Amino acid sequence: MDLAHGEVMVEIKDLYKSFNSNTVLDGVSFTVTEAENMIVFGRSGTGKSVLLKCMIRLMEPDAGSVFIQGKDVLKLDLKELNELRKDIGFLFQGAALYDSMSVRENLEFPLIRNFDLDKNEIDKRVHFVLEAVSLLEAIDKMPSELSGGMKKRIGLARSIITKPKLMLYDEPTTGLDPITSKEISALITELQHALKMTSIVVTHDLLCAKIIADRAIILDGGKIVKEGSINDLTTSNDPLLKNFFSDEIIETNGSLK
Amino acid sequence: MIGGLSNFSVRFVKEVFLPPYEIEQVRKHMIELGMKTLPIVGVTGFIIGLVIAMQLSPVLKRFGAEAFLPGSVGISIVRELGPVICALIFAGRVSSGIGAELGSMRVTEQIDAMEVSGVNPFRYLVVTRIFATTFILPILTVYVIFISLIGAYIAVVLVQNMTWAYYIDRVIFAVEFGDAIPGVSKTFVFGFIVGLVGTYKGYTAENGTEGVGKASTSAVVVSSLLILIFDMVLVKLTLWIWPTVK
Repeated sequence: MDLAHGEVMVEIKDLYKSFNSNTVLDGVSFTVTEAENMIVFGRSGTGKSVLLKCMIRLMEPDAGSVFIQGKDVLKLDLKELNELRKDIGFLFQGAALYDSMSVRENLEFPLIRNFDLDKNEIDKRVHFVLEAVSLLEAIDKMPSELSGGMKKRIGLARSIITKPKLMLYDEPTTGLDPITSKEISALITELQHALKMTSIVVTHDLLCAKIIADRAIILDGGKIVKEGSINDLTTSNDPLLKNFFSDEIIETNGSLK
Repeated sequence: MIGGLSNFSVRFVKEVFLPPYEIEQVRKHMIELGMKTLPIVGVTGFIIGLVIAMQLSPVLKRFGAEAFLPGSVGISIVRELGPVICALIFAGRVSSGIGAELGSMRVTEQIDAMEVSGVNPFRYLVVTRIFATTFILPILTVYVIFISLIGAYIAVVLVQNMTWAYYIDRVIFAVEFGDAIPGVSKTFVFGFIVGLVGTYKGYTAENGTEGVGKASTSAVVVSSLLILIFDMVLVKLTLWIWPTVK
């Protein structure tokens, strides 16, 4: 486990979120340091995606605090929040490409709206990220013409085009076949190293976690039940972890056995 | 729902005056929505004009008032039928479309993606569409009125020997300024309703594809109902402002 990456990039303190009587986050606290790749593990419905959304205020938590780059996210006004969001990339579970825009327009959108860049610079960045995800030939395609894996790649390209310091991934390999899933995980790691980003990856895909993670936390019942390196967690004799990872291995079709 | 719609319209009023002004998006939506609705409102307007004239003709004949046919048809179309029929067709075509489009964007996290990228999705998606529907419906209404009058003329020619010039002259003679202005003006309100309800239903959609279907359907139902309710209020208001209109 390598915790000596640098300054603290993200600090979550006692985060609570409930939907009616269902408590999804029950006092979650952790820190992520600069350039660290952290995995948030958990079964479906344990609040992993809610955690990510609360971090950037797509959802408002009931209590607690979130610090990103030292800024108290929950206390920022909309203008300050949007400024901070320029430094954050988010890959959604379904990639969330804008259906009415071509791949090129999808990639240009955050640049045109948020940065004062000339046409050449925008073109340069679009080509750079498309080359990085090996999909330059899809530049003029519409999202409906892309496969699930291609959409994920384009979603990833759109997330990194603004050169974010922090990347949040919500189930980056869900719904993909094992080979594409492995490719996406490898691509994420490659981009992490190339762009020196900090990342938090929410997943229940053990294969993806093995490829990406520096460190992992396990979320269960809205609480962090374990924290450590992915190897420590998967080889632990703790009955809870054994049970958890045996289920995950079955879910990933025995590919880690 | 009334509370939600009210809050949504208050938010619209707050956001509409703040930069950046999405003029290009408004223009794009106006053209798109206008072109999409033009054929259907044209056909409907033509048939309504034709049928109204066919229905009125024997009734007026019974009272020996056939000469008033162009004027009666003109007033009916300009004051009430043109604006309301056009608004209802527009609601069916556009409100459901906006509800489904934004609903789909909501459930596939496209709206969240926009928000995360530092763009205000309310201003980009909602304000522009409400603006577009508010200003395109009056234009469509004027078109529908014109097409309806053509339809009515065809029905008139079938039962009376009347030239187009004489027909139009009689229509213009009968229809006053106080008929045309309130008739067309109220479509700004109807257009606002269509945009507001469509965007509200879509923007607040939840529960996946089922939610998108519900957003689309209820957008049509609610906007049509609100158009009729507001029509009632606006007719009363118009008669109060212009008490001397025919």
